[in-house]
Amino acid sequence: MLTLECPCCGVMADETELSPGYEAHLKRFGPGASPEEFEAYMFARKNPKGVHFERWRHAYGCGKWFLAARCTATLEVFGTYPAQVSEPPPEIIATIKARRPDWEGFK
Amino acid sequence: MSTRLAKGGRLIDRMAPVEFTFNGKRLRGYQGDTLASALLANDQMLVGRSFKYHRPRGIVASGPEEPNALVNLGSGARLEPNQRTTTTEVFDGLEATSQNHWPSLKFDVGVVNNYAARFLPAGFYYKTFIHPRPFWKHVFEPIIRRSAGLGKAPTTGDADHYEQAYAFCDVLVIGGGVAGLLAARAAADAGSRVILLEQSATLGGRTVVDETMVQGKPVDAWLSAIEADLAARDTVTIRTRTCGFGVYDHGYVLADERVADHTPGDGRPKHRLWRIRAGRIITATGAIERPLSFAGNDIPGVMLAGAVRDYVVNHAVSPGDRTVVVTNNDSAYQTALALKAAGLEVPVILDARDSATGALPDAARAAGIRVLTGRAIAKVKGGKRVTGISVCAQAGEGAVLEEVPCEAVAMSGGWSPVVHLWSHCGGKLLWDEAISAFVPDPARPPLNHDGSAMVTVVGAAAGCLSLGNILAGFGKASGKGAIGLPDTCQTPDGSVSVPPVWVMPQGAPIALRSKMWLDFQNDVKVSDVQLAAREGYQSVEHTKRYTTLGMATDQGKLSNINGLAVLAEALGQDIPQVGTTTFRPPYTPVTIGALAGEARGEIFQPLRRTPMHEAHEKSGAYFEPVGLWRRPYCFPRAGETHEQAVHREVLNTRENLGLLDASTLGKIIVKGPDAGKFLDMLYTGVMSTLPVGKCRYGLMCNEQGFLSDDGVVARIDEDTWLCHTTSGGADRIHGWMEDWLQCEWWDWQVYTANVTEQYAQVAVVGPNARKLLQALGGMDVSREALPFMQWADGTLGGFPVRVYRISFSGELSYEIAVPASHGAAFWAACTEAGKALGAMPYGTEALHVMRAEKGFIMIGDETDGTVIPQDLGLDWAISKKKTDYLGKRGQERTFLADPDRWKLVGFETLDGSVVPDGAYVIADGTNANGQRNVQGRVTSTYYSPTLKRGIAMGLLHQGPTRMGDVVEFNTVAGGTVKARVRDMVFYDRDGEKQNV
Repeated sequence: MLTLECPCCGVMADETELSPGYEAHLKRFGPGASPEEFEAYMFARKNPKGVHFERWRHAYGCGKWFLAARCTATLEVFGTYPAQVSEPPPEIIATIKARRPDWEGFK
Repeated sequence: MSTRLAKGGRLIDRMAPVEFTFNGKRLRGYQGDTLASALLANDQMLVGRSFKYHRPRGIVASGPEEPNALVNLGSGARLEPNQRTTTTEVFDGLEATSQNHWPSLKFDVGVVNNYAARFLPAGFYYKTFIHPRPFWKHVFEPIIRRSAGLGKAPTTGDADHYEQAYAFCDVLVIGGGVAGLLAARAAADAGSRVILLEQSATLGGRTVVDETMVQGKPVDAWLSAIEADLAARDTVTIRTRTCGFGVYDHGYVLADERVADHTPGDGRPKHRLWRIRAGRIITATGAIERPLSFAGNDIPGVMLAGAVRDYVVNHAVSPGDRTVVVTNNDSAYQTALALKAAGLEVPVILDARDSATGALPDAARAAGIRVLTGRAIAKVKGGKRVTGISVCAQAGEGAVLEEVPCEAVAMSGGWSPVVHLWSHCGGKLLWDEAISAFVPDPARPPLNHDGSAMVTVVGAAAGCLSLGNILAGFGKASGKGAIGLPDTCQTPDGSVSVPPVWVMPQGAPIALRSKMWLDFQNDVKVSDVQLAAREGYQSVEHTKRYTTLGMATDQGKLSNINGLAVLAEALGQDIPQVGTTTFRPPYTPVTIGALAGEARGEIFQPLRRTPMHEAHEKSGAYFEPVGLWRRPYCFPRAGETHEQAVHREVLNTRENLGLLDASTLGKIIVKGPDAGKFLDMLYTGVMSTLPVGKCRYGLMCNEQGFLSDDGVVARIDEDTWLCHTTSGGADRIHGWMEDWLQCEWWDWQVYTANVTEQYAQVAVVGPNARKLLQALGGMDVSREALPFMQWADGTLGGFPVRVYRISFSGELSYEIAVPASHGAAFWAACTEAGKALGAMPYGTEALHVMRAEKGFIMIGDETDGTVIPQDLGLDWAISKKKTDYLGKRGQERTFLADPDRWKLVGFETLDGSVVPDGAYVIADGTNANGQRNVQGRVTSTYYSPTLKRGIAMGLLHQGPTRMGDVVEFNTVAGGTVKARVRDMVFYDRDGEKQNV
C-alpha cells in the first residue's frame, strides 16, 4: 500500500486515503478533434514499466487532486506536485534524471 | 511407538496437565505442548490422509511448514478446518478431528487411489477429463468436488470476534530468534521505536534448542537477559503469537496475532490483524529444514531432523525408541546427539556425503553412534508407521546393503532461508552454492518510497546458518560498545556447507522415484516432476500448476526447492536458471475472520440513514439498500405482501396523496462567476441561461459520450445553481466536478459543495398535494405563484422550506427541502396533516413503477455505461448550439451515430403479462456460438396497477421506427412472450395531471 505526500495539505497519506486517477498530463480533445487525436486522448495510455506520472486525489483528506511521479516497477516515488500544471515541474524532472540516468524523458 | 519422556521438556509444565480429544479419543498433554507434540506423546503417529492418494500421513515438522498434520479444530460455531497441529497450542478441552478420509482415519476407501497411482500421473485431470465435453459438468466435476478439499467448511456463523489495529514504528523486526532479538536491541539502542513480532508463543528461535552458549552465557540465561532488557524499554514492543505474514508497498506490513486461539471463549478477540507502517523492516525469519527424497519418505514416523530435536528438547517427546538419522549436512547430527542425551537409540546416521569431519560428526562418533558416510536410504518400510529402513549406497541405484529396524527416521536435506517477506515486494534472490539455497541478494532489495532499501534480512533468513555467523554480522560497534544493526542484509560466511543432494540414492530407478514424495499434502512425487519435464514443461510456474507442486496449504515451504532441483536436473539446467515460483503474501494462511475484523453483521459497512429513518421503521417499512443508504422499498400493512403494498401505494398516490422520503437525492451547490459556464460543460443542455427561480432537467455524460447521471438543476441566484443527482451518484458526481475544476479548468472561478446530507427532502405527490401544503400553510403554492418547474423559498407549517415544483411520477408534485435537523418533524407534520387527505407513505418501488408508467428513464436501469442519451430519445435535452460539453466529441463517433443502434421504446405484452426482468428480444437464427440471435432487451418492466397490465421499456434495434410491430421476448420458463412496440409514455401523455 503506497504512501504519497499530498502537496496541498502536506500529509504523508496512505493509499486508503487516496483515490487513483490514472495517467497524468493528458491533453483533452473535444469536438473537432480527429479520430486519432480522440482515440489517443480517450484510450491510448503509456502504462510503462518504470517512470510514470499519475493523478491522485486526497479523497479522504483535503479533497485535492495532485500529481505523482513514481516508478511502477520499484514503487519509488520521485515526487508529488499540484495538479495545476500541464507538464512535470523541472525539479521533479531533475530528481528522476538523477535516479534514472537512462530515463527517456517526459513525452 | 512415540511417547513422553520421563524428564526434560523446556516448554512443558508437568504441573499443568490438560485433557483434549482427537477423533473423540480422550488424550492428555501438558500446558506448553503444541497439539502435534501432545499427539506424538500419545503415540498418535497417524494424523491424516493425503489429498490425492489418501495415503497415511504423520507429523513431519514442528512449525508452519507442516504439510500433513492439519485437523478440524473445535466444533459447531467454533469449528475451524485445516488448522496446523504444529502451531496449535494445546489447551484443556481442545477438540480435534482428522481430515480427508472416509469412513475413518485408519480405514479410508479413498486409498484405492494409491493403488491406482500409476494411472493418476501429473496433469491427470487435464489429460483425462477433457473429453467428452459434457462429461466434465455432469460426471467428473461432481465426483471430484466431493472428494476434493481437506477440511470441511463450517456450516454455522463464527461465534468468535476479531479485531484490527494500526501500529507505527521506525523499525519493525519480524522473527524473535537470536538475530531478531539482537536486531531489536540494536535498533532500540540507536533510538528507534521498535516492534518485534514472533509467530510462536516463545522467543529464542532455533538457538534455544540447538545451542548451549550464546555470547559467553548459557543460552537460557542469555535469552532471559535480553528479554528483560527489551521489556524494560518504552520504545520496544514485543508481540508473540503474531505472524508478520505480508510485506507490502512502502513499509506496510500485515500481521496476524492469535490472541485467544489457545483460550477460546474467554471474551477476548480470537485474532487481531495488525496493519503496521514501518520506516524500516528487519526480517529475521530463520530457515526451514528440507526433507530428502527417498522411497517411502512420506510414511508416518519420517520427520525432519530439526523437528525431532524440537520435540525431544522442547516437549520431552520421543518419536520412537530407535531413530535413524539421514542427512547431507552437519545439523542433523545435533538430533542424533539430542536423542542420545535423552536416552534413546540412534542405530545409525546415514550421511550422503563421502566424508563427515566437522565437530558435530566427531561428537556423534564420540557418543558411540554409528556413522555411515556415502550411504542413503533405499526404502522406508512400514504402512501406517515406520518399521525399518534399508540402507544403500548414495552413489548407486539402491541395492540394499543392510536392513535397520527403527520406529522413526529423522531427515535433513539442508535448510532453506525464509526469504518470503524479502520477496513479497520485489526483493531478488541469489543461489548460494555453499548451502545449496536461495538467499537474499543485498544489492537488489525491495525499495521504499524514497528509494532506500525497505527490508534488511538478518540471521538464518539471510543464509547465515551458524550462530557465529549471525553474531559476527552484528559485530560492528555503534557507540558505547553496543552492537549495531547491519546496514544491508547479512551474508553467509561459508562456515556451513550443504552439498546438493536431492534424490537418494542418486541413480534411483522409477520404482523408487515414484515413491519419493516432494509435496506431501498434494501427493507430488519426484517421478511426477520428471514426467512434466519430459512432456515439455520448462517454466517452473507452469510445472507448478501442472503437477500441483507447492500448491498445498504449506505453499511449498517444506520442499519447493527440492522440486525445483529435480526439475532443473530433468531439464539439464542450473537451479538459479530455473528460478523460483513467485512468493506472495500471506506467508501462512490467515483466517478470513481476521481479514474481516469487526466488519460483519450490523457493522459490515457504514449505513446512511435519512432523518426520517426512525419514523419509517415505526411504520413497518421494508428497506432496500441504495448505495450505502437504506431506503423504504414499501410500507406493507398487516397481511399485505410487498407486491400488494406497492400496488396500493401507487394507486393511492395517483388517486389521493403519497409521501416519499426523497432525502437521499444528491444535492450539489455549484457557485461562482464561472459556474454557468462550468455547468454548460458538464450537462448536455444549457444551464447558464436558466432563469433564477426555475428548474431544468439535465443529463451528464462521460467523455466517451455515455450517459452517467441525470437530475433537475435549480438556479438559486445569479451565481448559484443547485444540482440534483441520483441517490447513488452524489459523491461520484461531486468528485467528477472537482476533477474537472481542479485538473482541467483550474482558472475557472467555481466552488462546489455536496450538501446532500444537509437537507431532508419530502416529495408530496398526488391530486391532493397542493391541499396538504395549504393545510400546513405559510406560503402561496398555487398554480400561478408556483408553476411547474419552478421553486420558491418560504415556510410551511412553521418550517423553513424550499419547495420545488418538479415531478417524477406524473402527478401534481412538490419536493420540499428542509434543513436535515427539521426532517423528522416535518415528515411527522406532513403525515399528520395528510390524514384527512388520504396520505400514505410510498417507497422506492412505487416510485419506480410510477416513473415507468410515465416513461421516465432511471440511471442504472435504462443506462449501463454503453448507452448515449440519443439512444433513449433524449435528444431534446442535448443542446445543438453549444460548441462543446463533456461527451460531445465522444457522441460524434461514427458507431454511436449508427441508425442500427438499439434505441428505447415502450412494450406492452399482447396478453397483459409482465415481461421477465432482463429478457431479450429474440431475432431469427443463431450466432456463431449457436445462441439465439437477439435484437433488443428489456430495461424496465413492471406490473402497472394503474393500467392493470404489464408495461415495459427496452432497447430495440431501430426501435422508434418500428411502432406497432409485434416482437417476442424470451421468458425464464423457456418460452416466449409477444409484445407490441409502442411509445414509452403509458400514462397521461399530455402531462395534464402534473400541470394543474
